[in-house]
Amino acid sequence: MALTGVLRPGHVAIRVLEMGPALKHYIDVLGLIETARDEKGRVFLKAWDEHDHHSVVLRETDEAGMDYLGWKVDSPATLKKLAGDIEKSKLCSDFEWIPKGEHPETGERFRFTIPTGHVMELFAEKKQVGNNCGTEGPNVNPDPWPDGLKGISPSRFDHCLLYGDDLDGSVKFFREVLGFGIAEQVMAGPKKDFMIGAFLSCSNKAHDVAFIRQPVKGKFHHASFELGSWEKVLRAGDILSRNKTSIDIGPTRHGITRGETIYFFDPSGNRNEVFSGGYIYYPDEPAITWTEEELGPGIFYHDRKLNEAFLSVFT
Amino acid sequence: MSFQITVENSGETFRCAAEVHVLEAMEKAVCKGIPVGCRNGGCGACKVQVQAGRYATRKMNRAVISAEDEVRGIVLACKIYPQSDLTLTAIGPMARVTAPCGSAPSGLDSGTHA
Repeated sequence: MALTGVLRPGHVAIRVLEMGPALKHYIDVLGLIETARDEKGRVFLKAWDEHDHHSVVLRETDEAGMDYLGWKVDSPATLKKLAGDIEKSKLCSDFEWIPKGEHPETGERFRFTIPTGHVMELFAEKKQVGNNCGTEGPNVNPDPWPDGLKGISPSRFDHCLLYGDDLDGSVKFFREVLGFGIAEQVMAGPKKDFMIGAFLSCSNKAHDVAFIRQPVKGKFHHASFELGSWEKVLRAGDILSRNKTSIDIGPTRHGITRGETIYFFDPSGNRNEVFSGGYIYYPDEPAITWTEEELGPGIFYHDRKLNEAFLSVFT
Repeated sequence: MSFQITVENSGETFRCAAEVHVLEAMEKAVCKGIPVGCRNGGCGACKVQVQAGRYATRKMNRAVISAEDEVRGIVLACKIYPQSDLTLTAIGPMARVTAPCGSAPSGLDSGTHA
């Protein structure tokens, strides 16, 4: 197979202040599907077209934000190899093996902290529960989408944007240790050689994770979910307004990645995005560069300027 | 039942019902003295110091409002519900001293939209 190593962001664990309102948001409004709850009170969810058991984990606690982001790798052998590479790289810290079953239907996970302070995990095995489209058994003669979807109902958890200080360290780690490519970058300074934003891909997507340099550790800007069309982004805006969900900005377009987007907040203030579009990324393509002066249209192509909340509001 | 909210750093006043959080009442009154972020108790943009008055609270992100803060009247405008008139000052990361919302159409800046 051509796509090897790290396959995709496989799960994001989000901290919520109150589980009840969080479930109304993530299930009824966003339209994820609950697949499990555990004895710790965590709730596991997936988007409809994901085959793996879960892609979002909610945990009720006193602080909002992201606990960790988990990456699916292609095999247990790759998991072992990358865990060794990560320890040897000296770029990360706080290594830990999380035993099989700590997430339901999930194999062992290797956990570590990257230079921007975010906790990451790699895992190779998660039960495939399917997308409920098959008409004569799972994945046999499937319909294009299943009945019974609720709310916005994105097809998948797609990426996160994270804020942290040591951008160079985290970018070096994802590129050199995990083999990601840099699809787009934002450069500052008189010589345009100081990176303040990086959009990284391990696949054909314009980004699987992005980082923006901010003087903080381990902060979460948003988790994003994919929609199939611009019209569905508009429909998402309708559903959010109908439910009086706090909307940050949009629908609009990003210059960076070209995605059509709407940003909004879960009931604990964690930012979510649903988006469509973008382009196919190949690792042999040159990186797209945005200069600091054009970061406004880079982020919000129509407004051509950042809203203050883009840089200041995160959890 | 509604109460008068005074934002010290902008000089704005607006009405807020007991069951409405202060930030929502401010936005509906087209005032701008308290910066608006997530509106859901997570980001800390609408952090205020309450100088006077009584209010009820709902759960706030402990990463931006400590238990000690809360005792001292440092809270998030999106998670407080007035039980009397309130006087407060915006102190979040986007807070600044601003003019009263005089640029808004007359009648929107006090009382009529609470």
